[in-house]
Amino acid sequence: MSEKDTDQGKRQFLVAASTVAGGVAAGAGAVPFVASMFPSERAKAAGAPVEVDLSTIAPGERKTIEWQGKPVWIVRRTKEMLETIRANDGNVADPESKKKMQPDYAANEMRAIKDEYLVVVGICTHLGCSPVEKFAKQAEAFDPNWQGGFYCPCHGSLFDLAGRVYKNKPAPDNLVVPPYKYLSDTRILVGDDSKGA
Amino acid sequence: MAATKKEPVEFTGAGPLNAPISGVLTWVDQRFPLMSLWRDHLSQYYAPKNFNFWYFFGSLAMLVLVIQIVTGIFLVMHYKPSAAEAFASVEYIMRDVPMGWFIRYMHSTGASAFFIVVYLHMFRGLLYGSYRQPRELIWIFGMLIYLCLMAEAFFGYLLPWGQMSFWGAQVIINLFDALPLIGPDLSTWIRGDFVISDATLNRFFAFHVIALPLALLGLVAAHIMALHEVGSNNPDGVEIKKHKDAQGRPLDGIPFHPYYTVKDIVGVVVFLFLFFLVVFFMPEMGGYFLEYNNFIPADSLKTPPHIAPVWYFTPYYSILRAITEDFMLVLAIGVAAYTALIWFTVRDRRIGMAAVAIGLVVIALMKGGIIEAKVWGVVMMGLATLIFFLLPWLDRSPVKSIRYKGPLFRTALTVFVITFIVLGYYGVQVVTPVGTLISQIGTLLYFAFFLLMPWYSVMDKTKPEPDRVTM
Repeated sequence: MSEKDTDQGKRQFLVAASTVAGGVAAGAGAVPFVASMFPSERAKAAGAPVEVDLSTIAPGERKTIEWQGKPVWIVRRTKEMLETIRANDGNVADPESKKKMQPDYAANEMRAIKDEYLVVVGICTHLGCSPVEKFAKQAEAFDPNWQGGFYCPCHGSLFDLAGRVYKNKPAPDNLVVPPYKYLSDTRILVGDDSKGA
Repeated sequence: MAATKKEPVEFTGAGPLNAPISGVLTWVDQRFPLMSLWRDHLSQYYAPKNFNFWYFFGSLAMLVLVIQIVTGIFLVMHYKPSAAEAFASVEYIMRDVPMGWFIRYMHSTGASAFFIVVYLHMFRGLLYGSYRQPRELIWIFGMLIYLCLMAEAFFGYLLPWGQMSFWGAQVIINLFDALPLIGPDLSTWIRGDFVISDATLNRFFAFHVIALPLALLGLVAAHIMALHEVGSNNPDGVEIKKHKDAQGRPLDGIPFHPYYTVKDIVGVVVFLFLFFLVVFFMPEMGGYFLEYNNFIPADSLKTPPHIAPVWYFTPYYSILRAITEDFMLVLAIGVAAYTALIWFTVRDRRIGMAAVAIGLVVIALMKGGIIEAKVWGVVMMGLATLIFFLLPWLDRSPVKSIRYKGPLFRTALTVFVITFIVLGYYGVQVVTPVGTLISQIGTLLYFAFFLLMPWYSVMDKTKPEPDRVTM
C-alpha cells in the first residue's frame, strides 16, 4: 500500500483510541498492586479494643498499654494535678480542645470522661515520637517554670497533664484521645465507644 | 535475504593468543555488538585529557554500587525480613555467620561511602558547570539517582529493626501524614498498617532489595548513555568536540581505555584503603555510620532520648526543623522580596505578573493558617532536594567552569558548601534556640544560592574561556 492510499484520519483515530484503551488498561492494572499495599484484614483486625483495669494504677501514676500497636497512656490524676491543669490554660495552644483531637465526650476541661483518668495516645502530634513522662513540678532545662506533663525528646514539644500542647512548639495539636468507654467504675475499654451491650 | 555483511573486526591486543581470540570475537560480533559497545564506551570514547582529582568520583560511585549489590545479596541469604526475627538475624550475621560481620560492615560502611562519593561527584558538577547545556539530562538522571539513593538508604535503614530504624521511619513516614487531605491515608498506605509493623518491614525490604536497585541500575545506564552521547565536560568547561582531527577525533580527547581506566584504578586503590580502614577499625564511625541506639531492638512504646537521622540526611533534616511558626513570617517576607525582584528586573511583564500571582498565592497559603508550619517544614525539605533539578536553567553565566567564573559565583558556591555542612552539623544536634536560629539562616542561604543564581551568575565578572583545554 502506498502512502497515498493510507487513510491518515483513520490511522490517527486508531492510534489515539488504542493509546487511550492501553492507558486505561495500564491504570486498571495498577489497582491491585496499589490496593495490596493498604492494611490487610489481619492488620485491621489487630486494632481490636483493649480492656484496662484501672484499679491497678496508683494516684499520680501512669500505665501504658498497647492499642493498635500504639502506646496508650492512662494517667490517674490527683486533685493537685487537676488544679495544675486548670491553672495552665494560658500556656497551651488549644485550652478548650476546640480542634477535634478527641471524641466529643472528651472535649471538656480535663479531656476525659472522668476527670480522674486521662486516656491519651502517647504519640506526639508532630512527627510521631512518644513523649516521656515529666510529672514532677520542677524547673526543667526546657522550661524553668514546668508544671508537670510530657516532654517529647525528638523535637521538644511539651504537653500538660491533660495532653494539651504548649504554645509555639513544633507539635500543632493536643495529644489524641482514643475512643473509649467505661465498662464499670474500674474498667475501661480502649478503642470502642459504642453504646449498649 | 542477504546476510548483513559486517566489517572485519579490528583487534588491537597483541600476543600469541591474538588469532583464536579474534576468531571468537568475530563470531560473537556477528551476533551481538560486543566490539562496537567496547569501542563506543571505552576504547574509542574520547574523554578530555585534562580530567583532575574531581573526576574520580563517578567511577567510584559505580564501584560502591557494585559493593552494595554484592554484599547485599549475601546479607539477604541470612537476613529475616520479619519484625519478630529481623533484629536477631542481623546479630546472627554479626556473630555466627562466617565472615558475616565483614560483609555487613562493608554494606553499612558502603551506604555512607556512597553518599560521600555522590556528594563529591555532585560538587564536581557545581564546580565545572557539568549540568549546563547540552548536559541537562545527564544532570537530571544524576539527580534521580540521588533521590533513589536516598530512598534506598531510608528503606534499608529500617531493616535492622533497631530503635533508630523504627523511630527514624516513624518520623519520616509521619512527614507524609502532614500533607493536607490525603496525608493520613497516604502514610497508612506507605506503612501498610496503622503503625510501623511487620507489614512495613516486609515492603521496605522489597523496595530495598528489588525495586530501587533495579531503578538505580536503569538510571545509572541512562546517566552514562546520555554522558557518552554528548561527551564529558572537563575542568575548563569548554567543548572538546569543537576541534577534531582528520579522523573526527577530538584533538583534546584521549580514549577512555586505557588512559582513564588506568587512572581510575589508582583512585579505586586509594578509595579502598580508606574504605577498609573504616570497615576494619571504625565501622560505627563514632555513631555516625551506625547509630548506637540502633543496637537496641525496636520498641514501639518507647522513643530513644535523642533522635537524629544518619549524617547524609541531616542538612535536609535541619531545614525541616528550622521551619517554626515564628519563621513563617520571615519566609513570607522572603517570598515577597523574591517576587519583587522578579517584577523589577525581568523585562517580560508576563513573567512578572505570573511571579506576582504565584507569590501572592504562596504568601496567602503561608499566612492563611490553612497549612500549618509542620507541613511547610516538609515542603521546604522536599524543595531543598528538588531544587537541584533546576540548576541547568538557573545558571546563566557565559562560562561553565569555576576557573573562569567571577568572584560572585565563587563566593556563592563557597557559602553554599559551608551552609550545607553547617546544616548537616545542626541536623544531628539536639534542638536549641541557637541551633534553630543558625538552621534558619542556613535555610535562607541554601535557597538563596539557587534562587538568586539567575542574577548573580549574569552580573558576575567572568574571565574569557580558552579555546582549547588547559592542563
